Amino acid sequence: MTNPRRVLILGALSAIATATARLLAAEGARFVLVARDAEALETLAADLRARGATSAATVAADLAVASPEALLPALLEPLGGAIDAAYLAYGVLGDLGLAERDLTVAAQVIDTNYRSAALWCLAVAAVLERQRAGSLVVIGSVAGDRGRKSNYLYGSTKAGLGVLVQGLAHRLAKVGARAVLVKPGFVDTPMTEHVAGRRGPLWATPEQVAPALVKAASGGGTVVYTPWFWRPIMAIIRAVPGPIFHRTNL
Amino acid sequence: MTLEFHERDDYLSWGRVERRPQVVARPASRRDLAPFAHGERRPRLAVGLLRSYGDSCLATGAALLDLTRLDHFIAFDEASGLLTAEAGVSLGEIMRAFVPRGWFPPVTPGTRFVTLGGAIANDVHGKNHEAAGTIGRHVASLTLLRSDAGEVTCSPTENAELFAATVGGLGLTGIITTVTVRLRRIQSAFVDAEKLAYGTLDEFFALNAASEGAFEHLVAWFDCTAGSRNLGRGIFSRANWSPFGALEPHRERGLLRVPVEFPSFAINRLSLRAINVAYRGLELRGLGSHRLHYGPFFHPLDSIQGWSRVYGRAGMYQYQCVLPPESAADATRALLDAISRSGEGSFLAVLKAFGALPSPGLLSFPRPGITLAVDFANHGPRTLALFERLDAIVREAGGRLYPAKDGRISREMFAAGYPELARFARSVDPACTSDFWERVRP
Ligand SMILES: Cc1cc2nc3c(=O)[nH]c(=O)nc-3n(C[C@H](O)[C@H](O)[C@H](O)COP(=O)(O)OP(=O)(O)OC[C@H]3O[C@@H](n4cnc5c(N)ncnc54)[C@H](O)[C@@H]3O)c2cc1C
Ligand SMILES: NC(=O)c1ccc[n+]([C@@H]2O[C@H](COP(=O)([O-])OP(=O)(O)OC[C@H]3O[C@@H](n4cnc5c(N)ncnc54)[C@H](OP(=O)(O)O)[C@@H]3O)[C@@H](O)[C@H]2O)c1
Repeated sequence: MTNPRRVLILGALSAIATATARLLAAEGARFVLVARDAEALETLAADLRARGATSAATVAADLAVASPEALLPALLEPLGGAIDAAYLAYGVLGDLGLAERDLTVAAQVIDTNYRSAALWCLAVAAVLERQRAGSLVVIGSVAGDRGRKSNYLYGSTKAGLGVLVQGLAHRLAKVGARAVLVKPGFVDTPMTEHVAGRRGPLWATPEQVAPALVKAASGGGTVVYTPWFWRPIMAIIRAVPGPIFHRTNL
Repeated sequence: MTLEFHERDDYLSWGRVERRPQVVARPASRRDLAPFAHGERRPRLAVGLLRSYGDSCLATGAALLDLTRLDHFIAFDEASGLLTAEAGVSLGEIMRAFVPRGWFPPVTPGTRFVTLGGAIANDVHGKNHEAAGTIGRHVASLTLLRSDAGEVTCSPTENAELFAATVGGLGLTGIITTVTVRLRRIQSAFVDAEKLAYGTLDEFFALNAASEGAFEHLVAWFDCTAGSRNLGRGIFSRANWSPFGALEPHRERGLLRVPVEFPSFAINRLSLRAINVAYRGLELRGLGSHRLHYGPFFHPLDSIQGWSRVYGRAGMYQYQCVLPPESAADATRALLDAISRSGEGSFLAVLKAFGALPSPGLLSFPRPGITLAVDFANHGPRTLALFERLDAIVREAGGRLYPAKDGRISREMFAAGYPELARFARSVDPACTSDFWERVRP
């Protein structure tokens, strides 16, 4: 094996991030894991070590509130100051009905999914640019591909983040670093716990989407749909003319 | 985080017969379970991957705690092979993580989609029963969350009575949260297997006797649609872990999947016959000696996800019994005869000898003798009436049925098979229950 990969995960306790980290652990990666729940982070770190991780450090922080500029240097320390892959996985779905009535709820969704996420992306991109290497992998969503009445607020934050990542990919390309947006379809995770029909054919498990996230860090396109079939599905959904779309109940 | 409960109509057991909606929560951490310790009396049942066929993994009206997100490894000792993990880890995940390092679960059932907790609560057996006994024999210790005592550590030496009740205890003695289990060394991910066609039951018994000791893994598949003269005809398989080949784990990607329930007319006598012939063909293809990956060898059906959906909306049953050695030959013959006469029974029909190693659980199913497992499409009263006839034969022979597979046994039949039932009942957590338990409890 070559040198173990140095991996930073923002939102490591997300089910999708955890499944991804487990694949990387089997290859001996070194981790810095960031999320809010210190105890759960320790459980994850032990799991990754048992699976073969070379090291796993944990930092408990609210990523929507913490200052990337202040915190990032400390996060990089256990990795020797450099990263091969940074994952941004945290996010909230939010209660749209509530957010429509109470704008402080809406603000929280925007702060978490867009404002803070965008700042973390900018901070990490600066590190990658300096290194002239490494990948930033950001979890977007197919919900960002077209606004729908059932989740347009969440969708808009993911769409905005998507454009940011696209621009970062452009910016980093000239130094050989990368930024990638991964858009999962429906995934059975705590975020979708309340949704009925999660065993349906369009649904994937975190374990099924994780390989795409591992791969995204080492090459391929800058926008990845996972599972792959969401690319044609979303192409069709984007192409449906407004008047027809407005009659659907999506 | 407080636990969210949702009423779910897609929590079905493997046989898909029972359709009552379940009230389900999926804790994301052991801490989420804290409210279920110490005095909180809300009726509950911990479940895993729902690979039990009947109603032992359902609890209508109670809180069903799906533990599949408690899937973290806690520690692994390379020197001894002792793995400590949360109870919701699946055996398949253990294989994926540890096969590359030369370790394998000590016992695996015919599917790897089972959790450690579920495997212990049914004290599962595998093809290596003669050599290794049940999985409970390889459990060094476990932690249990009880409504009346909080967290309790159990092992063969610590809280030994509760340990004996919990192994094979059907989730009724509390919530198993963590487990320490001894993995087994392997040199490759392959087995050297041999398949032999045999013509009669007597030949099966002879082959089994000749293979014990020399082969770690023994099992037979038989054609339960074959009538009188061919009664019991089948294919005997025996294998040992191979010293040759790479340590490569199975893959979960690219598995076929049965996405929807088949219409119920799909399984009838004709299609059953066709499937049997096809399966036999598949098996016969492999006659002779082969080096096989553990996946197709131990878990052939895992390559088709959700296969029990082919039985349609009515679902299916599996009938699995064990018969003591002294009555095994006659009773097996009587059972096969009754099944083949009925025209029911399907492609999955398995015959296996259990060895002498004692099972550690008060309600463990395996005991020395012969076990027989046959799948049946649910044809309602007709199927249930056949089971009554089979029950009579099993009971007469001094045998018993496997709760993991059962969804219809009577209280009397259960009690007759499990002499330690009353002793077991004393260790039941007052807040734990299941649909199975409500039906059979003394
Ligand atoms: C194709 C197939 C082949 C099989 N082959 C075999 C075989 O060869 N040998 C064999 O022995 N069995 C076999 N089985 C049965 C299977 O091994 C058992 O039913 C096993 O218990 C299923 O595990 P699970 O995680 O799905 O548990 P579930 O079915 O979800 O639950 C099973 C029981 O365990 C209890 N339980 C689950 N988790 C916990 C926990 N954390 N704490 C307390 N109680 C808990 C539940 O309450 C329930 O009583 C097979 C099943 C299938 C579908
Ligand atoms: N599941 C899907 O169908 C789906 C589809 C497309 C995209 N996605 C995206 O995939 C990503 C991962 O989600 P998931 O599906 O894996 O769900 P998840 O398990 O619920 O993960 C979301 C994680 O975000 C964390 N988080 C939220 N706000 C945070 C904050 N302020 N600071 C730190 N952590 C915070 C949550 O931690 P706490 O436990 O502390 O709240 C949680 O661990 C998200 O960006 C989501 O939008 C999901």
